[in-house]
Amino acid sequence: MTARRRIGYWMGFSVVLALLIAAPLVLPAFWRSFLTEILIWGLLAMSSDLLIGYTGMVSFGHSAFFGLGIYGAAAALLWTSPPNLWMAFLFGLVAAAAVAAFVAYFSTRLRDIYFAITTLIFSQIFYVIIFTWTELTGGENGLTFRRPALAVPGLFSVPFTSETLHWFVLAVVTLSYLVLRRITRSPFGMVLQSIRENEARTRAIGYPVERYKIVAVMLSGLFAGLAGVLYAIQNRFAAPDFVFFLVSGEVVIFNVMGGIGTLVGPIVGAAFFLLLREGFSRFFTEYYLIPVGLIFIAMVIFMPQGLLGFMRRSLNR
Amino acid sequence: MAIDQLLQAIPLDQLLIQTVNGIVAGMILALVASGLTLIFGIMDVVNFAHGELFMLGAYVGVIVLTATGNFWLALVVATLVIALLGAGIHVIALRPLLGRDPLTTILATFGISLVLQNYALWQFGPVARKIQEPFSGYFTLFYLDYPWYRLVIALLSAAIIGALWLFLKFGTYGIWIRATTQDRVMAQAMGIPVPQVLTAVFAIGAGMAAASGVLFGPLVGVNHAMGVDWVLKAFIVVVVGGMGNLGGSIAASIFISLLESYASIWVSPAQAVIFSFVVLILTLLFRPTGLFVPTPK
Repeated sequence: MTARRRIGYWMGFSVVLALLIAAPLVLPAFWRSFLTEILIWGLLAMSSDLLIGYTGMVSFGHSAFFGLGIYGAAAALLWTSPPNLWMAFLFGLVAAAAVAAFVAYFSTRLRDIYFAITTLIFSQIFYVIIFTWTELTGGENGLTFRRPALAVPGLFSVPFTSETLHWFVLAVVTLSYLVLRRITRSPFGMVLQSIRENEARTRAIGYPVERYKIVAVMLSGLFAGLAGVLYAIQNRFAAPDFVFFLVSGEVVIFNVMGGIGTLVGPIVGAAFFLLLREGFSRFFTEYYLIPVGLIFIAMVIFMPQGLLGFMRRSLNR
Repeated sequence: MAIDQLLQAIPLDQLLIQTVNGIVAGMILALVASGLTLIFGIMDVVNFAHGELFMLGAYVGVIVLTATGNFWLALVVATLVIALLGAGIHVIALRPLLGRDPLTTILATFGISLVLQNYALWQFGPVARKIQEPFSGYFTLFYLDYPWYRLVIALLSAAIIGALWLFLKFGTYGIWIRATTQDRVMAQAMGIPVPQVLTAVFAIGAGMAAASGVLFGPLVGVNHAMGVDWVLKAFIVVVVGGMGNLGGSIAASIFISLLESYASIWVSPAQAVIFSFVVLILTLLFRPTGLFVPTPK
């Protein structure tokens, strides 16, 4: 990689980051929380890109990791008093990681379509459990809880405003992006990409492909759980709908719309999808998925690279 | 002594009733799943929209039934209309994806399922419709009046699947279809119009989904979300039975439906689903390619 390209990349990165930092100061309240929401869904989509774009495994089960992140955070926020931010992260991540380990162990035995269907069915298992275990999860009604304060023990504790919440989410998402980028460029990430390109040859060279895949699914699930925790903090409720497989499907849509294998593409895809939803629900109310679905089908057929696909090379340098 | 008590604890009459229930549900599931497995085995397309075709079939059935009052006409019309719709979907959305990664077909059909489901919600509203069953005779099964209609559904499903099997085995076009499955390029070279064959297969699968939708309509209400449960169950069946394996998915349908019926003696039906999930996990652990297909090593 030439130094000039590297400078170009980091320049672009800083400009986008600066815009996102400044955004809540100029945007009205609605669009401010809308932007925060885009970042959270973007993180979820980005976590799934590690599988779809870099390892070549389409996961239709990300709602399970996301949902368990939400419910884990919910448990922590309901049990601790006053609600503790860091306990929410701990609980949410542990719950998501446990589920991810379980799903990874079984689903990585299968490839391609079978992997997609298996992850889908696993997410439905957790959906059914959460939906029917009313005493613990509130069943269909879900759980509501209070938003924790932004606190560092022994230093300070301030309640979240919509600006500080946005910056907090932005910090977590940016850090996650940098970590995921580092992962995909590491030797480990290279092995994942070689699994995507040619699994048999990777195995023949001597890499334990299954173990790499399991770790990839677990990492991906962990970041999806992180997105779940952020979502719980922002929206202050947990509902079984977030574990339903339609959420996983939307995550895949974000990826395809934005461009897989780019990490930032999924965030752009999430933004594009949420903007389309916002725009169309003014005309079509709750049937916005009809036009959005048609656009998605057209993009699958005519634009499989997604919105940022043309930048794939430069983003991965 | 202990064995006697154990035998006492098992409700024999309930077991028998649930056996009948399980076989009936299994035959309908087999009809849905065999369309899915046909489409997958022949075209490498995972049809996420299968449940929506099932649901739209039931709605077309409702419309024809209210217009004419004839259940059998409704069944035939719904099958034909949805088969045509399936052919249209294939030509517009799936033919351009021929030769691309099979995973892209999951994405396209997922998009289609979202569109169709929301279209049904928009067109028909959230209130469930009812299909009147064509006849309402009962026979006595222990303390229950068991409707004849349920048995007729099971038999009809079996007949449709049997007809499909005979067609694939002996029909000229059936042989075309099998040739396309085995080697698409060679089939093309022998003069078989492969793209049209694929469209026809998708249409047949869609028609079968619609037929099962109409047949099943009288047992539950018809609403826009009814397809989702079925497609998930059919996916489980297709994985357990082995993708693209017709006989395997029929056996797996009956096996899983029986299991869920027995389970629902003791737990609620919503939780009985977990048993089929467990079967799926065990299958994946020990026979990742399905119970009825030898595992390649």
